[in-house]
Amino acid sequence: MAATLASDRSSPRPPRRLRFAVPAARLARSLSRRLAHRDGAVIGGRVCLAVDPDAVAHLLVQHPTTVFVSATNGKTTTTALLTAAIERLMPVATNTTGANLPSGIVTALMDAEPGTTAVLEVDERYLPGVVAVATNPVALLLNLSRDQLDRMAEVRSIALRWRDAFAHDTTRVIANADDPLVAYAAPPERTVWVAAASRWRMDALSCPACTARVQYDGDDWYCTQCDLRRPKPDVTFTDTDVVLASGRRLALPTTLPGTHSRANAAFALAALELLGLPVDGASDAMATVTDVDGRYQHLWATDDASRLYLGKNPAGWAEILDVLAPVDRPLVIAVNGNDADGHDLSWLWDVPFERLAGRPVVATGERMRDLAVRLRYADVEHTAEPNLTRALAWARTARADVVGTYTAFQQIKRELRRDA
Amino acid sequence: MTLDSAVRIIALAPDLLGTYGDAGNVTVLAQRLRWRGFPTEVVEGIGRDVPDSGDIYVLGGGEDGPQALAAREMIESGALPRAVERGAVIFGVCAGYQLLGCSFLDTDDNVHAGLGLLDCTTVRGTGPRNVGEVVANIGTLLPGHVLSGFENHGGVTTVGGGATPLATIVAGNGNGDGSHTEGAWSGRVVGTYLHGPVLARNPDLADLLLEWVVGPSAPLADADATAEALRAERIQAAGGSRRRA
Repeated sequence: MAATLASDRSSPRPPRRLRFAVPAARLARSLSRRLAHRDGAVIGGRVCLAVDPDAVAHLLVQHPTTVFVSATNGKTTTTALLTAAIERLMPVATNTTGANLPSGIVTALMDAEPGTTAVLEVDERYLPGVVAVATNPVALLLNLSRDQLDRMAEVRSIALRWRDAFAHDTTRVIANADDPLVAYAAPPERTVWVAAASRWRMDALSCPACTARVQYDGDDWYCTQCDLRRPKPDVTFTDTDVVLASGRRLALPTTLPGTHSRANAAFALAALELLGLPVDGASDAMATVTDVDGRYQHLWATDDASRLYLGKNPAGWAEILDVLAPVDRPLVIAVNGNDADGHDLSWLWDVPFERLAGRPVVATGERMRDLAVRLRYADVEHTAEPNLTRALAWARTARADVVGTYTAFQQIKRELRRDA
Repeated sequence: MTLDSAVRIIALAPDLLGTYGDAGNVTVLAQRLRWRGFPTEVVEGIGRDVPDSGDIYVLGGGEDGPQALAAREMIESGALPRAVERGAVIFGVCAGYQLLGCSFLDTDDNVHAGLGLLDCTTVRGTGPRNVGEVVANIGTLLPGHVLSGFENHGGVTTVGGGATPLATIVAGNGNGDGSHTEGAWSGRVVGTYLHGPVLARNPDLADLLLEWVVGPSAPLADADATAEALRAERIQAAGGSRRRA
């Protein structure tokens, strides 16, 4: 390891720092695990970054192949699918628990063997920073949509920052052709376009390049004023199959529900092909991913259709409602308004909850009342249950699906583990 | 009743002014009418194609570029000044509020003409964006009513002599020009910085706008008990940000 780092003369700080930073981080993580019973992923990374502020760059340089997955929705799932597909061939360094800030990336890399392939999900805001310091990076750009309304600079400014970053580097990109914000951000000459069939369009009705209206016409879209329009997709998929850029047709894994899960798998297969790795057998490997850090896990029995979903913004909910719509199963919805959820829950009014009318619904979570008012105006009969434990007990009896916002979802996972 | 007698709500430029869940204001107005048995029709007013037949016109929040485009198109359409003359109700939130005024500034300090339907002007604030819960006491428009909502804007709005501030700030920033006021109104034109959506949080304000169209209606006690619980929770939560006023 030391030899690799010593050759890295271009880095702004001596990589020697990293040799102190990593052991310090491991100690912090170990203490966090033993004393606080936390997973230590964040504290370890923070300590490492405190000792070596350039730890992300110093660690990334040890990995000749790096894939970054960034988006508002689908980062963790796509990272898990791609990791499963590559792990059948070779070891992978990855951050599977969604720790996607620099501290989480450092934690994922500090134990990895130099030379391993890295597959990392990255928060949208940090993507430009990590592609800039990686060797030969590949970036998967899935979507950009409103999320944490009070905290996020509007999504359009993130699209602009991505575009600026890719304009000046050599990153190879796999991008969603159906999201105008992503299409605007990706460098056309270095991009493989995936027709991802995204349902949510409200954040890209106004052109990211010129603010004129974007016209949607079936699957196609184009700006009514400038020349931004839907790129011709290189990768397309159906409910069962994907056709890759090479023309290869493969079966898609069907373990995870919904069109968005097919899209995530299509992105992962496109990444494999771009990396020059064999795609045969990849779908079977991805089919072993039955849940992603709790997302989509079967709640009450494996032969039961009920699952746990992360529903944190309107784009995600659009996909979830589509999965839930065909069967009127009971549903528990847990809404919180903490920092990671966003304090402004106005986005609940962008979710067509009207589609839930007719099924038994329980509203819970710390911001249950925001949801209760929304459901009332959607004419969805529901019960408000302030106590999450009781709401989940009802869910168990009713064999209900459960959907939570980011921190509510984490609370639900803890409750379920405690019961298990 | 025929369709012609339906109350017609126009959702203005939902494609440009729809960033902060403000479409919910249209949902709230339409549902409250339907629950009371009024035939109701919601029509989108896109681009220069704004119907002249609306009873209530609703504008939401949006970002700078789309806001400037929406203002240009609405000025060219001319439908809103005609609507005001007919006595129609105009309700604008955040960017929608700003563009009902005389002028507003974008992030590059370009001055944009507003519709001039409210006597107010907006410039960019010099401090951080105003983000958080707001509590404000509504003045003469709905005396005794406490307004609850969530603001997220960088604008500073000064209300001129031809309009009246909607409310006096208790917590949060609102207009942010040092007057401790929030929003503005004049005749049947009402503007506010508050999301939430604001009409879901404040059914009394929703009913005032509706009363201007269909006359006084019975309260919706059952539905509004849920809203009242939310209001109480949010007004209490805003206590922590009281210093910012």
